[in-house]
Amino acid sequence: MTITNEVILKVENYNVEFWVDGVWYPAAIDMNYEVHAGEVLAIVGESGSGKSSSSMGLMSLLAANARTSGSVKVKGTEMLGANNNLLRKFRGKEVAYIFQEPMTALNPVYTVGFQIIETLRTHFNMGPADARARAIELLALVEIPNPELSVDKYPHQLSGGQRQRAMIAQSLACDPALLIADEPTTALDVTVQAEIIELMRNLKDKLNSAVLLITHDMGVVADLADRILVMKDGLTVEQGTADQIFHRPSHPYTQQLLAAVPKLGSNAERVLETGTSAQPVLKLENLVIEYPKRGRIPAFTAVKDFNLEIYPGEIVGLVGESGSGKTTVGRAAIGLIPAKSGSIQIVGKEIAGASPKELRGIRRNTGIVFQDPASSLNPRLPIGESIGEPIFLAGIAKGAELDHMVEELLAQVELPRSYRNRYPHELSGGQRQRVGIARALALTPDLLIADEPTSALDVSVQARFLELLLDLQGKLKFACLFISHDLAVVDILAHRIAVMQNGELVEQGTSSQILKNPQHPYTQKLLAAVPVPDPDLQRARREAKAAGK
Amino acid sequence: MAKKNNVVETTGESNENAIALRETDGLSQGQIIRKRFFRHKPAVASLIGLIFITIFVFSASGIHLGTDKAPITIPGWWQYTITDIPDTNFCATSVGCPNWQHPFGQDPIGRDYFALVMRGAEQSIMVMLIVGLIGGLFGTVIGAVSGYFRGWVDAVLMRFTDFIITIPSIIIGAVIGFKFGNLGVVALAVYLGLFSWTGLARLVRGEFLSLREREFVDAARVAGASNFRIIFKHILPNAMGVIIVSVTLMLAGAILLETALSYLGFGVQAPDVSLGSLISEYQDSFTVSPWLFYWPGILIIAIALCVNFIGDGLRDAFDPRQRRRITRKDLAKKAGE
Repeated sequence: MTITNEVILKVENYNVEFWVDGVWYPAAIDMNYEVHAGEVLAIVGESGSGKSSSSMGLMSLLAANARTSGSVKVKGTEMLGANNNLLRKFRGKEVAYIFQEPMTALNPVYTVGFQIIETLRTHFNMGPADARARAIELLALVEIPNPELSVDKYPHQLSGGQRQRAMIAQSLACDPALLIADEPTTALDVTVQAEIIELMRNLKDKLNSAVLLITHDMGVVADLADRILVMKDGLTVEQGTADQIFHRPSHPYTQQLLAAVPKLGSNAERVLETGTSAQPVLKLENLVIEYPKRGRIPAFTAVKDFNLEIYPGEIVGLVGESGSGKTTVGRAAIGLIPAKSGSIQIVGKEIAGASPKELRGIRRNTGIVFQDPASSLNPRLPIGESIGEPIFLAGIAKGAELDHMVEELLAQVELPRSYRNRYPHELSGGQRQRVGIARALALTPDLLIADEPTSALDVSVQARFLELLLDLQGKLKFACLFISHDLAVVDILAHRIAVMQNGELVEQGTSSQILKNPQHPYTQKLLAAVPVPDPDLQRARREAKAAGK
Repeated sequence: MAKKNNVVETTGESNENAIALRETDGLSQGQIIRKRFFRHKPAVASLIGLIFITIFVFSASGIHLGTDKAPITIPGWWQYTITDIPDTNFCATSVGCPNWQHPFGQDPIGRDYFALVMRGAEQSIMVMLIVGLIGGLFGTVIGAVSGYFRGWVDAVLMRFTDFIITIPSIIIGAVIGFKFGNLGVVALAVYLGLFSWTGLARLVRGEFLSLREREFVDAARVAGASNFRIIFKHILPNAMGVIIVSVTLMLAGAILLETALSYLGFGVQAPDVSLGSLISEYQDSFTVSPWLFYWPGILIIAIALCVNFIGDGLRDAFDPRQRRRITRKDLAKKAGE
């Protein structure tokens, strides 16, 4: 490792506070750390722990209701309280940011090249032709295919991973001394994530930049970080080298955080008690789903010739990258998307080609938990009404009786009764997802479809959520199609795993078959891409991979 | 002393318990919105103000419906009607200035101005209410249906909307006025309502097109909700901000349109008056008899303000994210603690 002694970023007694409803709420309290050139410092913590706001505050990029105090020195120059001119000189040139969501961080109406050239020409005295040449060079550096062509592409013409690469190219435009990466891989698939991590490591060594990595993913941390700082509720809980934190965590919170990380392949096999002799709850046969052509965009076959059966009380994990069609399968299984051909049977009843009235009857046996709890709950409806709606519409209960049932459902997902009059935005992400489950289970369905229910949640919240789901499944014995891109999560829950690629089912089998002895090359690739939350193991895997090349 | 403290504490505690208990009662969307609306003080004050103005105006001038040929009239409590010409009162600077006999003064031919203003306000309020009701209803329903169902329903409804937009409503109105004479204010308001919904329909359709893709709509469908329920219970409250802003603007525009059409001979005809026609008729007398200008102006402002504040309150009540802004008073209170 090439850690030199030059201190790039030095933070002392640093505080960030927000003015909310008449009170100063601290977001970061008394932080002290240094980042050296060529070193990666990872700041780890749950959402709301202040890791993002503290790093945005370094360059005074916070909203107007925030205040900072203490000292932040970049290459020896004080940044807090500096005037705008000085700050502008440092932003982009000395300190560059990589944001979480590349689609929203890149301006959709300008080409990627334009945005890189803009950064270059703001900071250097450079002609348009030179700047363009440099932009192409940068795109080549971040390994975007055909940089000469990609430079004139708009963000929407690039894939998620390429967009993140372009974002990185833009931040590297001025050879920054410090790179602040705020959850750079959270929005990406595992395989793409592995590539981006690889890229960041190479770049860091090549350019000898200091990197401040902000993430909640312990796997990414294990792969990249030299030193780690753990934050909770604005306080620095623990600070140390990667080795120390992963192998000898001293603070109970760090231990808890590490324990909450699902570990692949470490779970006991779950055996289905009822066996596979009963009638399957969900039976998909030769299912084909096509998005019809719209204008000049040709028809797109999202799911091809798909076969899957789920038996009573069984949890089947459906895994694949984004765009592989797994969400489409989940939605078709509940009749939200019509099938082009093939058959979908729920408890023996055919959905494909059913009339709306028949569908309504069949749907009483099913429930669905959506990916994004912020969008799946009506923002204008108190959650009590959202939960009670399926019961009310099914005509099972109303009035006081309905109230009672809603209270019971809330208790089942471990939420206080008084929450029923709250609006979704007044709850945290984890609580919202619990409401989603309560609504899905309102009619005690035979089949629950869970579409990436944990992808928007923190690790520790995710761990609690999965526990709750397992607990409920044990009690209510519903069958479940669990859609996820996270193999470790699926490993905890599923009896069987099905792997999808480009709309096709490439492999299915019991959890241990898939995770320990994958047959299909795609499954193998997917498994290899999952970062292991252990720095030593991860290094060994990395070296093995490099040797394999 | 200690005893007293105890008493205070126990009542405080029981109050808290009562609040906690009440909160666990399930409140429906409608109940919560009503509660939030009544907490919005300017809106409630405006609602009371508008109701007061309406009752005062209608009771003063009586209720006049029907056409010239078949009038339906319930007389009001004010002693003069708009056609009475009592003795003109002279004062130092001008003719017909306000006195006890004629609180709003008299117009140049000696008609009692209070009677005229009340009659004008009655007409204008009627126009506003009817235009708001018809325009709001048509715009919302047509926009919602075409945005929600898309496809050929959308195509048919939107081409129909285009068709309505291309019709020159003022000219057609003038022709109707010429052909059938004075049809009364209700006919005019209905006519205006039938032409004023188009912009609202477009806006609502746009909102629905984006809202229908949200996952909570799928969730409602899975829960077994019918299309009708999804449109009106789930999506419409989310589009309320746009609808209310647009309808309030429509109401303000209706008063002006009514004046324009009346001028062209459809709607309110002399000797009958509306607030708009009073202002346009007497705008030249501002220097000599300013009361002729003030009273209808003040009433228009009062009505428009009330409508806007009520709209504001409704919008806030429908938007759960809306929080009360922190005032300087709150800060002072906080500092005092």
